[in-house]
Formats: sequence, C-alpha cells, structure tokens
Amino acid sequence: MTPLVEMKDISISFGGVHAVEDVSVDLYPGEVVALLGHNGAGKSTLIKILSGAYKRDAGEIRIRGEAATIANPRDAKSYGIETIYQTLALADNVDAAANLFLGREIMTPWGTLDDGAMEAETRKVMGRLNPNFKRFKEPVRALSGGQRQSVAIARALLFNAKILIMDEPTAALGPQETAQVADLTQQLKGEDLGIFLISHDIDDVFELADRLAVMKNGKLVGSAKVTDVTKDEVLGMIILGKCPPGATPGPGAASAEELAGILP
Amino acid sequence: MATPPPNPLRRFLTATEIDTRMLGMIGALIAIWISLHIASGGVFLTPRNLWNLSVQASSIAVMSTGMVLIIVTRHIDLSAGSVLGFTAMMMGVMQAEWLPGIIGYDNGMTWVIALVFGMGIGALIGAFHGYIIAYMGVPAFIVTLGGLLAWRGAAWWVTSGRTVAPMDETFRLFGGGTMGSIGAFWTWVVAGVISLAILVSLILARRQRSRFGFPKRPIWAELFLALAGCGIAFGAAAIANAYPWPRRVTERYAEAQGIVIPEGGLHYVHGFAVPVLIALGVGVVMTLIATRTKFGRYVFAIGGNPEAADLAGIDTRMVTLKIFALMGILCAIGAAISTARLNAATNAQGTLDELYVIAAAVIGGTSLGGGVGTIMGAMIGALVMQSLQSGMVLMGVDTPLQSMVVGAVLVFAVWLDTLYRKGKA
Repeated sequence: MTPLVEMKDISISFGGVHAVEDVSVDLYPGEVVALLGHNGAGKSTLIKILSGAYKRDAGEIRIRGEAATIANPRDAKSYGIETIYQTLALADNVDAAANLFLGREIMTPWGTLDDGAMEAETRKVMGRLNPNFKRFKEPVRALSGGQRQSVAIARALLFNAKILIMDEPTAALGPQETAQVADLTQQLKGEDLGIFLISHDIDDVFELADRLAVMKNGKLVGSAKVTDVTKDEVLGMIILGKCPPGATPGPGAASAEELAGILP
Repeated sequence: MATPPPNPLRRFLTATEIDTRMLGMIGALIAIWISLHIASGGVFLTPRNLWNLSVQASSIAVMSTGMVLIIVTRHIDLSAGSVLGFTAMMMGVMQAEWLPGIIGYDNGMTWVIALVFGMGIGALIGAFHGYIIAYMGVPAFIVTLGGLLAWRGAAWWVTSGRTVAPMDETFRLFGGGTMGSIGAFWTWVVAGVISLAILVSLILARRQRSRFGFPKRPIWAELFLALAGCGIAFGAAAIANAYPWPRRVTERYAEAQGIVIPEGGLHYVHGFAVPVLIALGVGVVMTLIATRTKFGRYVFAIGGNPEAADLAGIDTRMVTLKIFALMGILCAIGAAISTARLNAATNAQGTLDELYVIAAAVIGGTSLGGGVGTIMGAMIGALVMQSLQSGMVLMGVDTPLQSMVVGAVLVFAVWLDTLYRKGKA
C-alpha cells in the first residue's frame, strides 16, 4: 500500500539553528501517527512544513506516492491537508462562518460574499460537532475555549480533508471536550483519513495513535507501533533519546556510548 | 424561570441590530451640533452652514474610508496629505498645461483624462508604498513618513512651486459651489433613489434570512430602520434645498441664460453638492468592498489575526499592497475635490490632511488595535471633525486654539476606544 504522506529527509534551519534535521515520517490512510518530543524538539516545525506554513530547506514530500510541491498553505489545502493549530489560528474579530470559510468563501453569482449560504453551511457542520453552539453572529473572540476549538475543528473538516494535522488539539479543553475530540478522531480514522497528532500527553497518544514518532533536538529518535513499546520506553525516547528494541531507530537515537555518559 | 425582560433600550438595539458604537457616535454628533448651535448664537444649524459643512468634509471623508482599511490591518498612512498634494498637482498640470496643447481648451474629455490620470498616479504611489511595506517588510509608519516628505517635495518639484490655475470648467464641478450643485429637482430624485435603495436592501436582507431560516428582525424594527433611513435622506435633501443661490449669482445666471427676472425675484436653490454626492458614492462602494467582497473579508481577517490569515491561505502581502493602492486612488479623488474647490493646484495642498483623515477614522470607531472599523463610522467621524472646526470658526475661536481642540478630541476619542475595548474583552 502506498503511504498517504511520506516526508523524507526533511531539514529546515532558522538562522543557523537546525530546527528539523533529516527527519523522515510517513502516514497511511485510516491511521493516527503521534509526534512526540519536548518543547522545541521540532514537532510543530515539521508539521508546519507539511501544512505549508514553512518552506523546507531539503527533503521530499510525497502525497499518495507522488512528489508534492507545498510552498504555502494554499498548496497544502489543495492536497487535502488540513491543520488544527495549537493556537487555533482563528481570525478573532469575525464570526464562526467567516472563519470556517476563510480563504474559500462561497460567492453569489454577482461575485459578492454569500454570507447566508456560508452561515447555513456552518450551522450544519457545527450542529454535528457541537450541537450546543448557538453563537453564530458573534466574533470568535467572544467564544469559550471549547467553542473556539470546535470552530477550528469544523474548519478543518468542512472541506473533506484527507490528511489532518492536529497540533495539541486538547490543550485548551476540559475533560468532556477532550473525550469528544477522542471520539471524533476514531470516527475520522474510520473514514480513512490519515491523522498526524502532536501531543505532550502520553496517555492520549497510547489511546488514540497507531504509531508514534519521537523527535529530540530536531532529529528523529525513532518510530514504533504503540503496541510494541511501553509508556516508560517512550519517555526514555523523549528524555534521553534512547531507542528501545521495539522501535525503529532514527538518526537522532542516542548511541550506547552517549547513553553510558548520561546514565549511571 | 424566564429571564427578566431586558430594558427597552437594549431590546430596541437588539431588534434593530444597530451597533451601540455607531449609535453613540451619531448621538455625539447631534450633541456637538446642538452645543455648537447654542454656543455660536444660532448660526450653526442653518441650511447654509450645514451645506458648507458637508462640502468641506467631503475630501477628508473620501480619504478616511481608505484609512479605515489601513488601520484595520494594523498599518497607518501618514502620506495621505502629501499624496493628495502630488496627485492634485499632476491633475492640475495635466488639464491646465498639457492637455490644452494636445486636445485644445474646453474639450469635453479634459476632466475625464485628468481624473483618470490622477487616480492612476495615486494607485501607483499607493501600490509602491504597499510593495515596500508588504514585500520588503518596512513598517508602514516609516514608509509613509518617508512618503509624507517625498511626495510633498515631488508636488513642489512638478512646477517648481508655481500654483497651477485655472481648472477645467467641468472639472470644477467636483468642488461644489453654486454651479457644482444639482438643484432642487435632482436633489429630490437622489433622495428618492437613496430611499428606494434602503427599502430594497432591507427587503433583500429579509428574504435572504427567510431563505436560510435564520431569525428575522421584528417588523416594527424593519419599519423603524426604513423610516429612519428615508427620513434622513429626505431631511438632508430638504436642508440642501433650503439653501438658496446668492442673489448676485442668480442675477448673473439669469442674464447669461437670457431669463427675465420675474416680479418677486428668481429663486434657485443649491441642492446636494457634487463633492458630497461623490463622497456618498465612495462611501457606498467602499462599504460594499469592505463587507461584501473577499478582499474586504480578508482585510478584516488579517486585522484580527495576521498569522491566522496567512495560515488560512490568504495572500496577506498582496492584500496589503491592494489596500495601499486603494488609498492612493482615494487620495486622488480627494485631490480632485479640493483642487476643484480651490480652482487651483498648489504645492501646499492637503498639508496635515493625513492627521484629519486618521482622526476621522479613529473618531469613527476604527480601532488602532486592528480588526475593527466601519466605513460609515469614518465618514461620520469626518463630519464630526469638520463640525468642530467650522463651529469654532463661527464662534470666532483663534486658529491655534482650534488645532488644540482638535488634537484633544482625537486623544479623547482614542481613550474612549481603549475603554470600549477593555469593556468588551
């Protein structure tokens, strides 16, 4: 089976700092791949390369086996890549409908914005995601954290995403809303979407993901099926860069000598 | 348990969907008018003064609509007055010195060519500013501060400081005056057309809401909006039509047209002035651009969160360039109005206009924090600024004191905006 996404030997640096160095990850349809690592390990940067926010210095991205050109967020969206950013990336001063359709507005035959049609569509999507949501006329700024999150998720799902990137999707949510996101993730997997999940929460990762990839200092420590490793081993990967036997080591895996230097 | 019934004012505002901020501004304008009327001994609220006021506010009002979009995207344009000066000079030279040699004097096309030429130059200057700001990353404050000096210098340089006059006969209509007004009949027609447009847009909006099953405004609220809109249109027409031509002008006109002055004298009235109609037209077009086009939607999205707009796939740099190009065009329209009014192009034209334009936008509710502002608010803001100024002239306040008052009002308006935003947050 061809992977939905293949990112090969991706590198990017900012002013001499290698934020991401020779990282390779892939993603199959109906699969959730978690990206783990410390703050500053390069997870978000890697994912922003896929979503078009950053341009890679080196490496290759293949979508369904074909080389993809992703120079900006518009390109990424044309490949069916949708992103839910950690910061949500909502335009705070316009309403939910304007946010959902930002950059892809529905127009009337006269070339003007069809706000009615957009609001109707928004009501439909939000009705599925968050039936309690009623504040369609208010700017997104006025909404609660959970409501803003629903808007961000609705925006990603509205245009039939094939590849979904979720950067800390539950960071701002309460337990109930977190459970909702988990349900949604399962449902989307069933619809054959490929999902990249960035998370700090190991429990979340073991519950939702099929595979995981760990990054440290911009390099890939290793990747593994969640069933082949334990939570402690994954913590070892994140903190020490120590690749356990159940995982495939990457260029960032610490060598035996390095580990000997750290461990007593 | 039912929620307690809201107070009547709140219910009224919810039903009519009138923005409290807009209402506050209109209230402030009325308060200023009444106080100035009393303070000036009853000469402020006269047809003649209101007519003059509307003409004087036109040029600033036109430019303030563009400044709204600029401030909404968290930029600023300090060069508006200088760009006005330069485009005015170019339009003046075009019609008074270049065109007569090519197509002769009093050619019917002179005003068209001059206006399009000026607007083209304005667009180029604005796009140039926008390019440096958006693609080269120089802050708008610096780029347009440079523009403030550079284009003022350029305006001088065109004729080495010489004033260019007179303007083309038709072009002068842009400036208003007795001839640049449309008279009683057409003024009523314009008021009728505006009223019709208000009614049609209310009906269309209501139909649109039915189509998608959205909540509708109560009928009484729709009726109130319709009546208020038509009332303002016809009220303004009545005021403009209550300002008669000066006797001398009427006599000269009658003589030129070969009209015998009947017993009891001839009565001609001004009606709406052409620059006011231009400003209203610009206001309508800019409101449509701001609220009904993708471009306008992107302007506000960028103002709310530039990074989010970028990530949504909006070409934010191109939008920024276009905003400044639009501002350049509006400066040229403002230049046409003020050149025509003066019947001359001078290199000092539009000096300090940028400050009045910014003040109008800010007083009109455009937030310096970005993302918030309305075209109509800015135009009302321009009217507030002009009212203060002309009111002080009527009261015989010294010029330096006028500037001090205008400055204080600007700071006060921004303070109110800060309070308002804190209350909202």
